[in-house]
Amino acid sequence: MITLQHFLVLSAVIFSIGLYGALAKRNVVAVLMCIELMFNAVNITLVAFARYLPATAGNPYGPLTGQVFALFIIAVAAAEAAVALAIILAVYRTRRSVNVEDVNLLQS
Amino acid sequence: MPSTLWLILLLPVVSLALITLLRPAPRWSGRLTILAIGGSFVFSVVAFFEMLTRQQAAVAAHQEVEPVVSMVPWFQLGKTSFEVGVLADPLAAIMLLVVTTVSLLVQVYSQGYMAGDPGYRRYFAFMSLFTFSMLGLVLAPNFLQMFIFWELVGVSSYLLIGFWYHKPEAAYAAKKAFITTRLGDLGFLVGILMLYAYTGTFDFHQLQAAVKVGALGGAVLSTAMVLVFMGAVGKSAQFPLHVWLPDAMEGPTPVSALIHAATMVAAGVYLVARAFPLFQAAPTALMVVAVVGGFTAFFAATMGLVMSDIKRVLAYSTVSQLGYMMLGLGVGALSAGMFHLFTHAFFKALLFLAAGSVIHGAMEQDLFKLGGLRRHMPWTALTFAIGGLSLAGVPPLAGFWSKDEVLTAVYHSGNGLLLALGLLTAFMTAFYITRAWLLAFAGEWRGAAAAPPLPPGYALTPRPSPTGYALTPGPTPTGRGVGGEGVPAAGSEAGHGGSHGGSPGAHAHESPAVMVVPLLILAVPSVVAGFLGLPGANWFGSFLHGEEESAAEGIVIASSVVLAGLGILLGYLTYGARAISAEGLTAAFRPIHALLVNKYGLDDLYGWLVNRLYVGISLALAWFDQRIVDGLVNLVAWLAAQVGRGVTRTATGQLPNYALAVFAGVVVIANVVAVVAGR
Amino acid sequence: MNADSYVAIAFWILAIGMVLAAYAVVALPRIIHSALALVLFFFQIAGLYVLLRAEFIAAVQVIIYVGAVTVLFLFAIMLTNRSYAPDSNPANRQWIAAGVVSLGLLGTLLATLGRQTWPTGGQVPANATVLLGQLMLGPFILPFEIAAILLLVAMVGAIVIARES
Repeated sequence: MITLQHFLVLSAVIFSIGLYGALAKRNVVAVLMCIELMFNAVNITLVAFARYLPATAGNPYGPLTGQVFALFIIAVAAAEAAVALAIILAVYRTRRSVNVEDVNLLQS
Repeated sequence: MPSTLWLILLLPVVSLALITLLRPAPRWSGRLTILAIGGSFVFSVVAFFEMLTRQQAAVAAHQEVEPVVSMVPWFQLGKTSFEVGVLADPLAAIMLLVVTTVSLLVQVYSQGYMAGDPGYRRYFAFMSLFTFSMLGLVLAPNFLQMFIFWELVGVSSYLLIGFWYHKPEAAYAAKKAFITTRLGDLGFLVGILMLYAYTGTFDFHQLQAAVKVGALGGAVLSTAMVLVFMGAVGKSAQFPLHVWLPDAMEGPTPVSALIHAATMVAAGVYLVARAFPLFQAAPTALMVVAVVGGFTAFFAATMGLVMSDIKRVLAYSTVSQLGYMMLGLGVGALSAGMFHLFTHAFFKALLFLAAGSVIHGAMEQDLFKLGGLRRHMPWTALTFAIGGLSLAGVPPLAGFWSKDEVLTAVYHSGNGLLLALGLLTAFMTAFYITRAWLLAFAGEWRGAAAAPPLPPGYALTPRPSPTGYALTPGPTPTGRGVGGEGVPAAGSEAGHGGSHGGSPGAHAHESPAVMVVPLLILAVPSVVAGFLGLPGANWFGSFLHGEEESAAEGIVIASSVVLAGLGILLGYLTYGARAISAEGLTAAFRPIHALLVNKYGLDDLYGWLVNRLYVGISLALAWFDQRIVDGLVNLVAWLAAQVGRGVTRTATGQLPNYALAVFAGVVVIANVVAVVAGR
Repeated sequence: MNADSYVAIAFWILAIGMVLAAYAVVALPRIIHSALALVLFFFQIAGLYVLLRAEFIAAVQVIIYVGAVTVLFLFAIMLTNRSYAPDSNPANRQWIAAGVVSLGLLGTLLATLGRQTWPTGGQVPANATVLLGQLMLGPFILPFEIAAILLLVAMVGAIVIARES
């Protein structure tokens, strides 16, 4: 019997793997991919909530709200990926590098 | 009458302002001051007679005389408003009379004494300031105003003691006087603040009312009044803060006469008299006053026995007589103390002015170098003798009556020790003043052939005031080029000595009329002022109190007269007839003599306290402050800098570092929240 | 075997595959392999959505992620250098700290999940896709339009940024 908790644990594991990658990777493209992993982990929880949470009086839109949120996240993630990859290209063009550590304009 | 009082107070300020702002010719600054103080004197006389009328009316109606008060609001603090103003009652009226009379005569005298001094104008400006401050003190209706003028008086005293500031001794003495009196003033300030804290007022009459209804009393009042008395101890040079007064003789002699004999030092006595109803409600404090006064009277007189400087003899005499006044007040006899203040102001001012005349005429103030001046300075010798006899308490001169009133009051208080101290003091007083007169005026001149050109700054340097310039005030030929009021030291003196040359003492001469006339005028009250307070017919006491004082005691009068006579006799035998060898006396009492000459070592003790102990403690504290306190501060600063330096390394500009920190924070906060919420 | 068993079998297969794929994305030394692992991950997650009765989301997942986002990543990898180099996907210096933080987060999440009792039951309506469409164009019309504008802005922005000036 698969319950909501299974999906949540899976989501947590994937999110943590994504977090590790986002923090530990040097290649900007890899960092971006790991961020996509984290987005998808979150989407799993939302869709799982939509499946398993009973309809309640407090939620007038029914259990499908989770799926609606997942859709929005997909839209935002797609937009993010497009812009981020454009930025990566622009940075690569000026610095000939996709290494995160080479971009240190934040340092005063 | 209020406008009269305001005029008395403000006239000296006007002259001070005119002198400082307009900088008139020196002789005009002197005249301006005399004019202003003369005005104050006239109005004081007017005020005195008005007060007399009111007093008689009040006595006729069997009431207490109402003081004349005029107040102006000064400032508001919270709900309390503070006022300044003038207050006149019989006490203030008498004090006004004393202050303005002596002040006026001293100013006239100063015209001669200070003639030719480069700081002539400055001198009169300071004198105006002093007179204003003293009058403000006398007229003050509350402790706050009194304290302000009290301090102003201290400042003027400082300025005038250090008038010849190019003399290191004078500058030093001025500092010593100011700082020593400040010690007492601290107590005074704490005392009046204590009174204010418990009653919410500085006003004398409101404080009296508070005492009367019992709102103030007991240990609180006693403590406060002892603290207030500390101010009087400092200002009136009572033991143990008396050390500044003999040194204050470095100032010009008229200053010594006015400030350090007649008026300012009497301010302490006046303070006690002014707050007398409060003291009466605090018997402990009154006892302290009596003991301090009695001891000071005796203690100072012993030192007066051996001093060789004519002014220092008089200075210790002043301290001693102030002790008498305190003693009188302390045993509860307000009118006795005030009466002695009243007569003492005249005869001591007379003595000082006469001494000034000696210094002016003979250019010497060491008693053992003077001598035989009677022939050269007859008027000075005569007036000094009158003042001295009055001081010694020879009937029927003024000093006799007032001193005996004090002694009678002590006798009535039943304190045998204090009475013994008082009588012994009377004996010593007669002895040392006889000694001073005989050494200065009798015998033969013992000084140098002519006043030698002493090195400038020498302690006993006589004032440079060549006779030729004494009657025509104006620039002296020497000491001019350097900075206006420059150093009129050796050059003019050498010139003086040279111009006189010749036989021993030949240069000694009688002082000009402008100096002798004030002496003669002062001699009159020194003789007759005592008749205002005859035992049994005490007009003075009834004016001050509205009632008769206790009658005289024959035994007290007799013993004091006998003792005074013995003192004079002993003095004559030793220094006049030479029947007793002064050297033999000195040898016989060598340890005591040495102790007295060293002023009981108190100066050394205070010097040690300040220079060794106090400086040592200060150095230790400075070390503590610089090493420990500052060290802690520096340590904190160093730590902050190190932390900052360490934190700087985390600002790598690397995005992953920042993201890592963010998520580490998320984990930590999430766990903290979980733990806190999980409870 | 009932339906629940099939669901369980499918879940475990997908779950293990997803974790392995995600780990591959992080761990593989060549960036191009990471990208391919990511494609695998996206496919598996679409399968998970089907298990959760979210067929529309599954379709969207395949179309957008596998179809569009992956292509973007591959373009980026190919346009930057050394896509097949054995060290093209290295770890940085703080990987140990990153591991600690990630494990800490995982621990926190799992502990939180364990403490909570989660509701069961629940039902996805049969006409879920219809209802989803009605929701999107009904109560959620404003966010929907904003998302559209966001996508437009992102597209324009990406073109502007990436254009060789």
